[in-house]
Amino acid sequence: MMRIGVFVCHCGENIGKTVDCPTVAKEVIKLPNVVYAIDYKYMCSDPGQNLIKQAIAEHKLNAVVVASCSPHMHEKTFRKAVSAAGLNPYMCEIANIREQCSWVHDNVEEATKKAIDLIRMTVERVKFNFPLSEIKVPITKKALVIGGGIAGIQAALDIAGAGYKVILVEKEPSIGGHMSQLSETFPTLDCSQCILTPRMVEVYQHPNIKLYTYSEVESVDGFIGNFKVTIRKKARYVKEDLCTGCGLCTQKCPIKRAPSEFDEGLSNRPAIYVPFPQAVPNIPVIDRTVCTYFKTGKCQMCKKVCGRDAIDFEQKDTLITEDVGAIIVATGYKLYKIDKKGPDSAVKGYGEYGYGKYKDVIDGLQFERLASASGPTAGEILRPSDRKQPKKVVFIQCVGSRDPSKGFEYCSKICCMYTAKHAMLYKHKVHDGEAYVFYMDIRAGGKGYEEFVRRAIEEDHVKYIRGRVSKVYEKKGKLIVKGEDTLAGVPVEIEADMVVLATAIVAQPEAAKLAQTLGIPYDKYGFYAEVHPKLRPVESSSGGIFLAGACQAPRDIPESVAMASAAASKALILFGNENLEREPIVAKVNESTCVGCFYCKKVCAYNAIEIKELKDKKGNLIKVVASVNTGLCQGCGTCNATCPSKSIELIGFNDEQIFYQIKAL
Amino acid sequence: MDIGYYPGCSLTGTAKEYDQSIRRIFSELGVNLIEVEDWSCCGATSAHATNHLLSLALPLRNINLAKRQGLKELFIPCAACYNRFVVAQYEVNRDASVRKEIENILEETIEADIRIINMIEMFEYIGKDAITARKRKDLKGFKVAAYYGCLLLRPPAVVKFDDPEQPSSMEEIIRLTGAEPIEWSFKTECCGASHSITNTNIVVTLSKRIIDDAREMGAEAIIVACPMCHSNLDMRQRNIAKVDAQHRNMPVLYLSELVGISMGLDREALGLNLHFIDTEPVLSRFSTAIVTKE
Repeated sequence: MMRIGVFVCHCGENIGKTVDCPTVAKEVIKLPNVVYAIDYKYMCSDPGQNLIKQAIAEHKLNAVVVASCSPHMHEKTFRKAVSAAGLNPYMCEIANIREQCSWVHDNVEEATKKAIDLIRMTVERVKFNFPLSEIKVPITKKALVIGGGIAGIQAALDIAGAGYKVILVEKEPSIGGHMSQLSETFPTLDCSQCILTPRMVEVYQHPNIKLYTYSEVESVDGFIGNFKVTIRKKARYVKEDLCTGCGLCTQKCPIKRAPSEFDEGLSNRPAIYVPFPQAVPNIPVIDRTVCTYFKTGKCQMCKKVCGRDAIDFEQKDTLITEDVGAIIVATGYKLYKIDKKGPDSAVKGYGEYGYGKYKDVIDGLQFERLASASGPTAGEILRPSDRKQPKKVVFIQCVGSRDPSKGFEYCSKICCMYTAKHAMLYKHKVHDGEAYVFYMDIRAGGKGYEEFVRRAIEEDHVKYIRGRVSKVYEKKGKLIVKGEDTLAGVPVEIEADMVVLATAIVAQPEAAKLAQTLGIPYDKYGFYAEVHPKLRPVESSSGGIFLAGACQAPRDIPESVAMASAAASKALILFGNENLEREPIVAKVNESTCVGCFYCKKVCAYNAIEIKELKDKKGNLIKVVASVNTGLCQGCGTCNATCPSKSIELIGFNDEQIFYQIKAL
Repeated sequence: MDIGYYPGCSLTGTAKEYDQSIRRIFSELGVNLIEVEDWSCCGATSAHATNHLLSLALPLRNINLAKRQGLKELFIPCAACYNRFVVAQYEVNRDASVRKEIENILEETIEADIRIINMIEMFEYIGKDAITARKRKDLKGFKVAAYYGCLLLRPPAVVKFDDPEQPSSMEEIIRLTGAEPIEWSFKTECCGASHSITNTNIVVTLSKRIIDDAREMGAEAIIVACPMCHSNLDMRQRNIAKVDAQHRNMPVLYLSELVGISMGLDREALGLNLHFIDTEPVLSRFSTAIVTKE
């Protein structure tokens, strides 16, 4: 015999103002099987919960209906209370009389009637409830970090430091990311490499970190706590276990003129190369697109000079599988390349600024390389065309950012700061030089940021002009920058020796592909989406996959590092549990009626339906049926609604429960 | 091929040679230009600065006339007229209340679904093959600067024609004649437009910069598709010479004239005798070498 208790909450005035709660309690006690009913001002409060616990003991209740707010709000609270009184928590159901009743009505009489209806429905439903227990899923306490920039490095070090194993995958030959290319960092002007390279070495030497450079994530299967990841380790054509990083091969390679990726094309590198002297690992890679041996079958100079016989032209890509419990995505950004775009491109480009046409029009990362002590000019500001010191440099902000007509709507966030830094570095190195900055607004929100920009203007006398540049063209060896000073209301023309464009931060070109591999959502620009922008900023909507750094949106170094540590802590919270406990609201297949049509598999958004073979004792195949992976199933019920033979039920939402709930209306 | 034709006021006056060359080459190309009957001024440069509704009503009156004549396309060679027609069409299609207001003014319903075609689009419309097929003279070695001005390309969201900052469609037509368009930076700079009359100095300054850059980049002539640009660049060179003793004359040709020359048409028939700056110095070399297409 069901003995049901009903607890009606006033929620202060939220419900009590519109629903006559005492009347509701008096009415619902008349319902069959309801043996107890009471109303109370705040049912979620400690005395309210005690009321439920006492009633369960005194009236020997075996099911409870709480008429209150949405189950999203307090279902957990009340189930916990019920559980403390010795009842199975899944014998407690919520009738939502706040969001679905009191908040949307104003007529007391009608709202009261509706509240009674809603409770009657829930009472009918709870009669078909049965005890359930939470599903336990084991957790592999190892993390995968994708991307070896500063965010990935930070996340890997944090997790490894807590005592868990980390797999760090980087697609380039070295870790370090964009930060390793920077000269100095705002707002402190400390040397980027000086603060980064010790971290890179720490990653390499950490006993808990396994580093795969020149590698990419090929596929991801499984679910939170239990991912199976396949990593493609691209052929370096150098045996990592034998190479000592002596560098002889790179010196002797006859190819000298391949554009250096690290120097953003401002210098050249050999066909066998280490991206930069502090690279981690310090193992070269052969670029087969320019290598003479790969093109003609002749040369092998590197092989001849290598004293360790580490060159292997026959090396192939290898696939490695790893089991991990959590994944941190930290794949970073790219700079928007602004040359004239083809007609199919969604963004129209800024061909009128002459990037790619004039050698002395460069982008922000190229300027970083010019200003860097490890760069092609050893830190001297010399313009690319003739290696002369530019006496007048124009910096243009918002090239592609905040521009819905030709570029992207969003603000790239870091450009105001790095442009101030560039102008400042330039003035520090070229004392008699003039620096101009064209800007829309200066966005310097951050610790010490506004002060930094003011310093550029007031102490280093950088000339800020508020306005846009219409075009850049060459005339008699000068770059004429034509723009508008909107504060003075006059057109301006500056004869510059060099122009630096703060181009927009964009998502990695392969960002969407990786998102599809991982099953995480991304926005129209290719940036990865967090579950909640404020309260869950480092979690993707896929359980166990966390996000960090500029793969989510344009971010500076301090922010990327903070979010990387946040993502690492999310992984550590997961690893702090032996098992993953999750609600038992999952789909269940009736194997005797299932005909194996697998419509359910087609509609499942979570890849939770698997194919199961049923065999007799002798091992003969009887039939194939659907089977639910309870680790992946999110309990959405789509399969349940789709199944033509009604062979799938959603536990906790089975047909009887739903039908009797409707029938009570 | 029949196509609607709206010459506009300029082509009956200062830009007579534009009209003349257009009629000549299109009759040669087998295109029948049907002039809009009883057409009136589009308002061009002055109406939109003085009365917004008037600036929309004038082109729309002409569009209605063209529609009533059964025309589906309307070729408007003047860039200023083209711009006004396209803007008016855009405004009434975008905003029902504006449409209603204009309908009240015109005392008739507006049917704005006619296709407006500018000079460059007209060549694209009849087909590049048709132009090549009628070519009698290759203008190889003739270095010219394609000058678009502002009205053909702006506002980009309304005219939706070519890249507003780095256009290239006129160059494509020029290449069909064998002439060689140069790379230069002043394709879309303003020539000063109607300031020509009220503040000539502005036009002198702006036009001089355009001509200087074209010359510096190696052009022998400037090619235009706008009567306003033409009159500024062609007529104001006398004023430029007054402020700049170094100034050398730079012929300014309409795109239609250039195509006409490559067809081997008589230069007087194309109206080249009506220019302020003599075109003979750059064109004389093409006078004899008439080649017949196999």
